[in-house]
Amino acid sequence: MSLTPDTSTVAGAAVPAVSPTGGTRTAHLAWGAVLLVLLAAPFIGLYPVFMMKALCYAIFAVAFNLLLGFTGLLSFGHAAYLGSAAYATGWLVRTAGWSPELGVLAGVAVGALFGLIIGAIAIRREGIYFAMVTLAMAQMIYFVCLQAPFTGGEDGLQGVARGKLFGLIDMSSDVAMYFVVLAVFVAVFLFIIRVVHSPFGQVLKAIRENEPRAISLGYDVSRYKLLAFVLSTAIAGLAGSMKTLVLGFATLTDAHWSLSGEVVLMTLLGGLGTFAGPVLGAFTIIGLQDYLSDRVGSWINVIIGTIFVICVVAFRRGVIGELVAWQQRRKTSP
Amino acid sequence: MEIFGIPIQAFAGQLLLGLVNGSFYAMLSLGLAVIFGLLGVVNFAHGALYMMGAYVAFIGLDKFGLNYWVTLVLAPIVVGAVGVVVERTLLKRLYKIDPIYGLLLTFGLALIAEGIFREQFGVSGQQYPVPDLLQGATNLGFMVLPNYRAWVVLASLAICLFTWFVIERTRLGSYLRAGTENPALVQAFGINVPLMVMLTYAAGAGLAAIAGVLAAPVIQITPLMGSNLIIVVFAVVVIGGMGSILGSILTGLGLGLVEGLTKVFYPEASSIVVFVIMAIVLMIRPAGLFGKEK
Repeated sequence: MSLTPDTSTVAGAAVPAVSPTGGTRTAHLAWGAVLLVLLAAPFIGLYPVFMMKALCYAIFAVAFNLLLGFTGLLSFGHAAYLGSAAYATGWLVRTAGWSPELGVLAGVAVGALFGLIIGAIAIRREGIYFAMVTLAMAQMIYFVCLQAPFTGGEDGLQGVARGKLFGLIDMSSDVAMYFVVLAVFVAVFLFIIRVVHSPFGQVLKAIRENEPRAISLGYDVSRYKLLAFVLSTAIAGLAGSMKTLVLGFATLTDAHWSLSGEVVLMTLLGGLGTFAGPVLGAFTIIGLQDYLSDRVGSWINVIIGTIFVICVVAFRRGVIGELVAWQQRRKTSP
Repeated sequence: MEIFGIPIQAFAGQLLLGLVNGSFYAMLSLGLAVIFGLLGVVNFAHGALYMMGAYVAFIGLDKFGLNYWVTLVLAPIVVGAVGVVVERTLLKRLYKIDPIYGLLLTFGLALIAEGIFREQFGVSGQQYPVPDLLQGATNLGFMVLPNYRAWVVLASLAICLFTWFVIERTRLGSYLRAGTENPALVQAFGINVPLMVMLTYAAGAGLAAIAGVLAAPVIQITPLMGSNLIIVVFAVVVIGGMGSILGSILTGLGLGLVEGLTKVFYPEASSIVVFVIMAIVLMIRPAGLFGKEK
């Protein structure tokens, strides 16, 4: 199943243009500038807790984009993996007294495990059914989070301490924690670029463009899809675990379907199948929510919904996708 | 008298509640299936349309003193009109591209509708009284049957069967089925397909609104009531397969009953039982119970 022709061709063409490995000079400069800003963020007055939160959701969106953008699979229940990992880390660190790095590792494992189980079931259906199945299975995990004895029900898990990373780095200071989150984010980002450019990633793109053809070339498409799914949910789990450490709590919001929708929006708004798009989308949506939440009350949902509708109807390439398309138009018609 | 160690009154009561829920599943999955068949859009906003139906009943009574029976007719018209606007202005732009975008668009629309109603009515639930005619209960000997619940089950069964009749047994329905198979050819025979598509979406929306009015007296009316339900209905649709109309009615009612039974024997699992069944069905028969393999 491939997304619209215009999106997928743009997505395919977008890869070299915005990739830091072998991209254009403008792209290199842009990446350098972004990295500088991220490194300097705590010292130039950007609120570190906001930056950390946005980076966690950026990790989440990048993981999601591996599926929708590069494999053409719409998982409509990705909050389940972020949420379950957030709870796992929260409980292990707070109640069982695990160290933060082990707690995060366990969260990644939980995300991967749920991804393996749900992915194995969901890839039995294609296209729109895949989306419905992943949404329904995620709702099941949500109910488990609501009812299980160790999740704290409606209150969630509160007061999770950040602790010391490897027993050395005290993360209770926001600046130290920020650099840990930034390091994790950069690692995930480079990992995704590596995956997409690997032979495995090329097969994923082949599946996105033309699944029957990939099958006829002899690829075991189901296994590729499942592996991509598990990779994505494991990284979504990583995002959830980091988020728990940063904010010190895990709640039902982390596993709710509205977050599953928001991650779709982040990716779509920034640019499906681009590397920078989901990051930009995550910062935009989280920033918007942070800025508007005490100002407009329930209208925030109306605003998010409206952005969704505009993106789908008129702006399917997203910000980065449009930029790339504009650059290519300029090149071809001098 | 007891069944499996459970008083028969409680047992039958839960089964009836399950049947009531099943009626809503059936009506909503029917609308989803009809819309998906012709438009190729998985309508996430179906839950929001159902919610709007319930609010038409509530606002009608609260602000304008309109009784239940009037709003039962009014709600599908109002919500159907909303459906017409949505289809004409937004959905029709998406027919030629991947159906995923239809799902995402209607998701955005559901967020907008919920946000507006939350702003107006808050998140706490509103009560709607049972209409006078259907107050009270009938003693069946083994159980006391609340009249309104019996009405919900019978009314939605009648509506579902009527829909089935229209689609499978009338000329209009044959156009509809032909349009599902090959819209270009139907258009070539001189049938106004875009009009038919618009009316189909409006009819699906109206069906959801009727379900909302029927539900109003038995549930708490909240802005979020639709989205919580629609995810279960998605699972119902996956279990049944979207191929057959009678299939979606049977699946809806059956799953409602199963949910009711689970409430009797293992209440903790009642909110997830439908999803578990979905997982099992996908493993055994991926196309769904009544779906056709491609």
